[in-house]
Amino acid sequence: MLSPYPTTAEWVRVTALWFWCVLVLIFLVVPIFVPVPLSFNSGSFFTFPLAGLSTRWYEVVLGTPRWRAAIGNSLLIGLGSTVLATVLGTLTAIGLSDPKFPARRFVVPLLISPLIVPVVVTAVGTYLFYARVGLANTYFGIILAHTVLASPFVVVTVGASLTGFDRNLMRATSILGARPLTGFIRVMLPLILPGVLSGAAFAFVTSFDEVVVVQFLANAEQRTLPLEMFTGLREQLSPAITAAATLMMGLSILLLIVANLLVRRSRQSASALAE
Amino acid sequence: MSSIALPKIGTTDRWDGLRPLALAAPLLLLLLFSFGAPIVALLSRAVYEPTIANALPHTIAALRQDSGAGVPGEPVFLALAADLKQAQAAGAVYEFAKALNTRLPGARSQVLRVARIATQDQATGKEAMIKAAPLLGEEQSWAAIRTGTNRFTSFYLLSAFDLRWTERGTIGAVPADQAVFLRVFGRTFLIATIVTLATLALAFPLAFVITNLRPAVAGMVLVLVLLPFWTSILVRTAAWTVILQKFGLLNDLLLWLGLTSDRLELMYSRTGLIIAMTHIQLPFTLLPIYSVMRSVKPSLVRAAQSLGARPFTAFWRVYLPQVMPGVLAGCLLTFILCLGYYITPVLIGGASDQLISNFIANYVNVELNWEMAAALSFVLLASTLGLYVTLTRYLGLDLFKMG
Repeated sequence: MLSPYPTTAEWVRVTALWFWCVLVLIFLVVPIFVPVPLSFNSGSFFTFPLAGLSTRWYEVVLGTPRWRAAIGNSLLIGLGSTVLATVLGTLTAIGLSDPKFPARRFVVPLLISPLIVPVVVTAVGTYLFYARVGLANTYFGIILAHTVLASPFVVVTVGASLTGFDRNLMRATSILGARPLTGFIRVMLPLILPGVLSGAAFAFVTSFDEVVVVQFLANAEQRTLPLEMFTGLREQLSPAITAAATLMMGLSILLLIVANLLVRRSRQSASALAE
Repeated sequence: MSSIALPKIGTTDRWDGLRPLALAAPLLLLLLFSFGAPIVALLSRAVYEPTIANALPHTIAALRQDSGAGVPGEPVFLALAADLKQAQAAGAVYEFAKALNTRLPGARSQVLRVARIATQDQATGKEAMIKAAPLLGEEQSWAAIRTGTNRFTSFYLLSAFDLRWTERGTIGAVPADQAVFLRVFGRTFLIATIVTLATLALAFPLAFVITNLRPAVAGMVLVLVLLPFWTSILVRTAAWTVILQKFGLLNDLLLWLGLTSDRLELMYSRTGLIIAMTHIQLPFTLLPIYSVMRSVKPSLVRAAQSLGARPFTAFWRVYLPQVMPGVLAGCLLTFILCLGYYITPVLIGGASDQLISNFIANYVNVELNWEMAAALSFVLLASTLGLYVTLTRYLGLDLFKMG
């Protein structure tokens, strides 16, 4: 960033810039890791230095019925909406990749709108509507609502992996006598699989982290891990929350790193195919 | 000159688009069912409210006979008594009293009292009813009832802007003690603006430095930016509730640096809320700026400098205009997302730091006033979508080509 023969003023400017950026990075990264050491605290306060190391708060989160039920609900709802969002989103992305897709100008914004509409509006609207159609306080209803929120991520990631896909391959399969479904399973799916899996990972994380919609739609038995955390934070602050936060953060980061590696691989294989 | 009409080969052309559309149909139908319909249903509650009209069929008929404004005559009161008796029997009187109460503060208890008396068939005349419910003797109450009998209403949307219909049929401000929403909107926009500017001040230099790093190092720094981005808002808010405690890390740090002499109350304060929101939004502002900065050729700035521009001039006149689309996109994105914040204000903000979303949730959960929640949702949604259209139309930004 320095020119070959820097002046003093330039030295000062660049040093100040670097110093500022280091501070910004500290501000970005340190806060998300603060709960991690606290979750291993043997005392029941949120203060440093730690009273001692222990896994008692993890025993609370993984051992008490209330938290275990919440984890189970989160996994059930997360997996349900991941499967739905991945299947529907992949089909949609394949449809959209066809240049003959009609009214794209209106369909694409509609598909993306769940990310733009403030989540409280979505949650309150769904709560009102589900009460009328009998879906309130059902797992199915929550899964549908989460599928809506997660589907844009699948459409986008699968769509990106399809931009590197040569449609002539599908023509070739049909010329060789394969039915469309066979062509999809044997030729297209293997090539876009990294994109599909990474879309699925995004979908799972979206559902697993979601709290506002669940807050409106879930009854007492359907409470998820984030909802349990949210109510815990509102009512009485317990270090068990730092353990739950650490677990949630670990899972999200792990899944999203995997997803990103998959995206990178699919881009590489797409460019390799193109050559 | 006329164009040459090419003969159409085959007739399937028109239907070609249907196959890809059929692939997208399941998701589109789900979106219509579980996203579009709920939002339309919610927004319609803001303008369609039949509770009062449904409860007062006789009164409406009698009011039509009754000429003139102001407090009506005996027949209307008799009809009202009959309606209340019926509503009491059908269990609908509480709904009605609540609906009238939003238009006529204080009406709830009086309506319930009159309904009780009407059911016992005592004294259902005008005089007795006004004695039980003094509000019924006032002109403005009957103005509220008359407008309330209309199933379609602008009452709630006007209320969202602290406006109302006056007795003279014009639109005016509501009394100062009932005006809340303009202040809430103002607060939401103010906090969104502060957070946006704060993220810009933090993100712009960092994005600039990342652009100038060697690719391997830049990749590592980007991972540091993406780590918080991938952590859920709830987890990050939880982290901040721990940090902002009176005996938390930030107060420890401030004391250690000698910047403060006392421990600050950061939880349930606006300062704490803005710090946490800035942290959460920082990657959203940074990534669009970074993606534009990466495409700017450094040779242009060097050319400007070799032509004699001072570093500041080269930055201001050559570099900044080129990265401006990214800056605008990042800022607008953060601003839009800030307007819809819900979780963080609940957990970190104080009573006077609650944003529009919190009021919407409160009207649904606590006040059970769906109409007001719907009207506020309408305003929030309109602001968000309006800004989003700006983002995509005029800046040509694709939300998904970054990150």
